[in-house]
Amino acid sequence: MIAFIIRRLLQSVIVMVAVAAVSFTLFRFVGDPVNSMVGQEASIADREALRDSLGLNDPIFLQFGRFIGNAAQGEFGISYRLQMPVTELILQRLPATIELALVSGFLAFVVGLSLGVYTALRRRGVMSNIIMTGSLIGVSLPTFLIGVLLIWIFAVELRWLPSNGRGDVVSIGDWWSTGLLTHSGRLALILPAITLGLYQMTLIMRLVRAEMLEVLRTDYIKFARARGLSARAINFGHALKNTLVPVITITGLQLGSIIAFAIITETVFNWPGVGALFINSVRFVDVPVMAAYLMMIALVFVVINLIVDLLYYAVDPRLRVDRAGKAH
Amino acid sequence: MTSDSKTPVPPKPAGRLYRAWDSDLAYAFRTSPVAIVATVVALVIIFCAVFAPWLAPMNPYNPAGLNLMNGFTPPMEPNAFTGEVFVMGADNQGRDMLSTIMYGTRTSLFVGAMAVVFAMVLGISIGLFAGWRGGWVDSALMRVADVQLAFPAILIALLIFGIARGFIPDNLRDQMAIWVLIVAIGLSDWVQFARVVRGATMVEKSKEYVQAARVIGAHPAKIMFRHILPNVMGPVLVIATISLALAIIAEATLSFLGVGVPPTQPSLGTLIRIGQSFLISGEWWILLFPAVTLLALALSVNLLGDWLRDALNPRLR
Repeated sequence: MIAFIIRRLLQSVIVMVAVAAVSFTLFRFVGDPVNSMVGQEASIADREALRDSLGLNDPIFLQFGRFIGNAAQGEFGISYRLQMPVTELILQRLPATIELALVSGFLAFVVGLSLGVYTALRRRGVMSNIIMTGSLIGVSLPTFLIGVLLIWIFAVELRWLPSNGRGDVVSIGDWWSTGLLTHSGRLALILPAITLGLYQMTLIMRLVRAEMLEVLRTDYIKFARARGLSARAINFGHALKNTLVPVITITGLQLGSIIAFAIITETVFNWPGVGALFINSVRFVDVPVMAAYLMMIALVFVVINLIVDLLYYAVDPRLRVDRAGKAH
Repeated sequence: MTSDSKTPVPPKPAGRLYRAWDSDLAYAFRTSPVAIVATVVALVIIFCAVFAPWLAPMNPYNPAGLNLMNGFTPPMEPNAFTGEVFVMGADNQGRDMLSTIMYGTRTSLFVGAMAVVFAMVLGISIGLFAGWRGGWVDSALMRVADVQLAFPAILIALLIFGIARGFIPDNLRDQMAIWVLIVAIGLSDWVQFARVVRGATMVEKSKEYVQAARVIGAHPAKIMFRHILPNVMGPVLVIATISLALAIIAEATLSFLGVGVPPTQPSLGTLIRIGQSFLISGEWWILLFPAVTLLALALSVNLLGDWLRDALNPRLR
């Protein structure tokens, strides 16, 4: 067990170092960091002095080491475009993205689970067929198109919901702001959350349905029926419970995707989150922001994958036997 | 068709076309309405896009042919000033939407197809090499693939696009944008090909025909591409079809976000982005028609890929 954890941790560290190497290359070799910090009129001597003080003349490995050291402390330098510390920029916008991701993840999980159970139990119903066909379209529609269509229907035609921004936000503590506590904030959250969650929702729904159909066919369900248990107890107490392990894993793994896809949703809805910041940094080649975002998103993915792997290991004893035989 | 083994088989016209028509795949195709409809839709769109310069009512990017008076003409209604009628309406500068969409689909398809070809060549080469060599080369390559697979493709494409833009000097950025985009989408998509080809190569490697080729002394590269590759082409084709749909959507997404093709060569994604800005003022046709085209194209290619996967899988018959 300990050997497995150590090996898995080591792998995560290697991935992070690789991502850091990419970030560092980007940071160091795209454009000239000195040029983007000083104005046109700086003399060559001044530039050299700045170069020295920034350590840009040191050996490359020393620079890389320092970059990792700074990154570990959350230091990514100053944004070229906005002239602000990158860390501050990201922290400012992080609450908006996290709020959006959590709400849409929750929405996807709850609605996906209920629709999946419903379509599995009423397999041949008209409603189930409509839901299944609808889910097929939901999977094929690109995220940005879903957002645009929702804006068209609910913001332009019906005028029920706002089409951009976060509404009014309330600050909690020093650096967290939430839109959940104001009416306009909650209204503004609805469309982006649906847009972001729809794909995951259909995914979860199809997964739950498939797993439920699988489980409902097993002998212990038949036996439970033979014992005369109520349909409710069988469906929810026995069948659903046994489908939940893979469903929760997938949902956990999807959380990373939700944060990544937030880039698209945030652009469509003008949501002031990290994703929109990243898109603008790509557009204007704002290297420090790109490097920082890259590191941040890699960390999120690595941590989620690590947790899921460890959970699997804890839940599924077969993995432990396999490990002894051959490497992954 | 009744082919009884005892009676001699009746002579058939032995042409290639007849054999193709008579194959299992063709039979599966003829009996699947979904596949036929999807093919027809995809072919019509592809045909219109490829021959856009000859088929389109006008060249939307030739400023001499534009009449600003035609701006915002609704579909199928004569313009109040010029009396011209546009099947799908006209945009803010009086461009015929139908022509714009045909040219836009051309860009979308070009980027999508090239990206898939790039991903396919890269993935097949890496897959063959990893499967053939085995050992640490294989595990190193597959580790990289695993790591990449953990991230969503669109994020990878965005990152590669951003990094590449950083390395390209300002004045070349617009010219190279399409190629950067193709490489970015291709690099985000090679893993699927590599994994399938690697798995199949490992199976094929130990078969007798490969050993025979080895004994003769054929070059490993020749064995890989001439002998093993044709035998793993089936699943590769399925992935290529589904990848095409994904690549078209990825391109549209990036262009929609404003980091894709340059504004001088708008694709369907760019058109949807432009259309979105006119939505608030009520010009719905500038958005709707490109969106429907994108959806029809992606959906039909996707359905075709699904059908191909089922048709090539003998276990599902």
